Amino acid sequence: MEESFLLAVLTLDAMFRVSTPLILCAMAGLFSERSGIIDISLEGKMLMSAFMSAAVAAVTGSVWLGLGAGIAAAMAMALVHAFACITHNGNHVVSGVAINIIASGLTAVLGHAWFRRGGQTPSLLADARFMPIELPFANDVSGIPILGTIYRELISGHNGLVYVTLMIVPVVWWVVFRTRFGLRLRAVGENPQAVDTAGISVAWLRYRAVLICGLLTGIAGAYLAIAQNAGFVRDMTAGQGYIALAALIFGKWRPYQALGACLMFGLLDAIAIRLQGISLPMIGEVPVQFIQALPYVLTVVLLAGFIGKAIAPKAIGVPYVKEL
Amino acid sequence: MSEGMKPLPRWIDIGVVPMLNVAMALVVSGLVIMAIGEDPYEAVMVMLNGALGYQEGLGYTLYYATNFIFTGLAVAVAFHAGLFNIGGEGQAYIGGLGVGLAMLLLDDSLPAIILLPIAIVSAAVFGGLWAAIPAYLQAYRGSHIVITTIMFNFIASAIMVYLMVNVLIEPGQQSPTSRAFSPAAMLPYMHEVFDWFGVKISRSPLNLSVVWAALCCAALWLFLWRTKWGYEIRAVGFNESAAVYAGINPKRIIMLCMIISGALAGFVGLNEISGVQHRLLLNFTAGYGFAGIAVSLMGRNHPFGIVLASLLFGLLYQGGTELAFEISSITREMVVAIQGFVILFSGALAYMTTPLLTRLYNRGLRLRTAAREAEAA
Repeated sequence: MEESFLLAVLTLDAMFRVSTPLILCAMAGLFSERSGIIDISLEGKMLMSAFMSAAVAAVTGSVWLGLGAGIAAAMAMALVHAFACITHNGNHVVSGVAINIIASGLTAVLGHAWFRRGGQTPSLLADARFMPIELPFANDVSGIPILGTIYRELISGHNGLVYVTLMIVPVVWWVVFRTRFGLRLRAVGENPQAVDTAGISVAWLRYRAVLICGLLTGIAGAYLAIAQNAGFVRDMTAGQGYIALAALIFGKWRPYQALGACLMFGLLDAIAIRLQGISLPMIGEVPVQFIQALPYVLTVVLLAGFIGKAIAPKAIGVPYVKEL
Repeated sequence: MSEGMKPLPRWIDIGVVPMLNVAMALVVSGLVIMAIGEDPYEAVMVMLNGALGYQEGLGYTLYYATNFIFTGLAVAVAFHAGLFNIGGEGQAYIGGLGVGLAMLLLDDSLPAIILLPIAIVSAAVFGGLWAAIPAYLQAYRGSHIVITTIMFNFIASAIMVYLMVNVLIEPGQQSPTSRAFSPAAMLPYMHEVFDWFGVKISRSPLNLSVVWAALCCAALWLFLWRTKWGYEIRAVGFNESAAVYAGINPKRIIMLCMIISGALAGFVGLNEISGVQHRLLLNFTAGYGFAGIAVSLMGRNHPFGIVLASLLFGLLYQGGTELAFEISSITREMVVAIQGFVILFSGALAYMTTPLLTRLYNRGLRLRTAAREAEAA
């Protein structure tokens, strides 16, 4: 009993760790897609940020400079996306694919040219990383049954970005649903003509939304490279940007529902790691690939309208051309 | 565009603009090469020489181009119906699985002449069916095809890893590959084909698939521009409501062109599995599915343009391999970055230069009429 309880707590602990980049990316995608700009380049922006944050942190030894560089890199990619989609009415999906491929190629090329370690960045020392934070009294309360364990293992001991991420979600909700900017953001994704008629610049509003998206994917990338891991490895995002996109759709473009989907997909991932090579009673060994594919399958099922209906912002993917 | 401007003539729109876009992508790639301290001119020379300078290199270039033709055509046929098939990667993967399963099952019992059509059909059926599911969900359940095809890429990958690691792996092997096919199931290499006629050419992975790719180009052109179904596909892509009014059922068209698209992408499996690897393995699609988007955009969704774009991409791939070999500070992934820039400039920013060119063209026209009038006077 004691042991299985600890196991469950540790799995939930792992869930928070693997969900963090998903949550950040889903919130990022929420801003972009709510404003009407499809973003399948969450993956690429996160990868670019992971590389730049690890590279700068490795060279300067400063975790904050690393974070800043990662955010700057992701925002630069976001700016390219905005330039193509908003200024030049380019196809959002094509632009997103381009950014993902550029990021995959460029990080490998620059990583090889700068560090000569087969695309990896040098391992980071503790000073150049976000290290786990022990919350106060974490060790004192461990004697208390259940609650003590939960506090010490689950709540305490994450790095700062995990806590920041969990705080970002209510902020996103507040911004999107309780501020003037949020109201306009949602309006521009549904009916840009109306926003334009009200005398508000559609392009500037969308540029801001896409830049916020870049900022959040930047934090996600930095989390992967300089918090969760100690350096950059080629293609280390490994499809997490797409899972975040799936979570965003699964959460029907709403912050708390998207958070729930991210935590669910994160939990699946954490369970998949635990289940590796373990045979369950009745079922036998569950193939890891099955659990890994589950987020995608669930999203397809949701999109097909078999469990509820995900309805995208109405003007999503449609370039706004002002009539003269 | 202001009043009184003439639109660009066709030769600029389909000739000059795409060239300009590719040129911009190459300039940016050159800047990246300069940024890592190498000479872009030298890099271009190494790539050209590696891709075209000798027979073996040329063979590799055409072998890569074969894959790009298949995925480029796949993206193009969906584009003509206004659909974005971003799942070429998964369809190619599953198409290859089809070829592999058929060959593993039959290669001992049937002769090569029968196995060849079976390989083609199984690649088409598996790739086509894998595309048919997202197509069905788009047509009848209204789920967005871009998202579902992305998801299907990942599902395909998970299925392949599961099958290779747990089911199809050759007993006693460490790496997840199947047993090798018997010689009857191997597509002949082009150097072997030439040898039958007494012509000696260098060995390369180029195989009979390249002939099939050429046939597919011709067939797709005939299909899209010379048949009723092709007309219906283009009608739906052009204006869906008008097509419905003309009695065309867009749901059927979505199914039709996505299945064709998936089948074409599946032929990458033919080239890779029966043509080169001669066994089933992981990750043989190597990004060809995504590159198909670039190829199709560059080739303006026309088979002839796609052949040209595929040759350019084949050149980039083979040249990029040589580049990584010759200049140690440049890796093979440089071609991936170049590919990304090509998609950005030829796809997302395709019409960036149009307003400027239109202004220049109109100024040129005015100057010419002014000169004529001056001459007449």
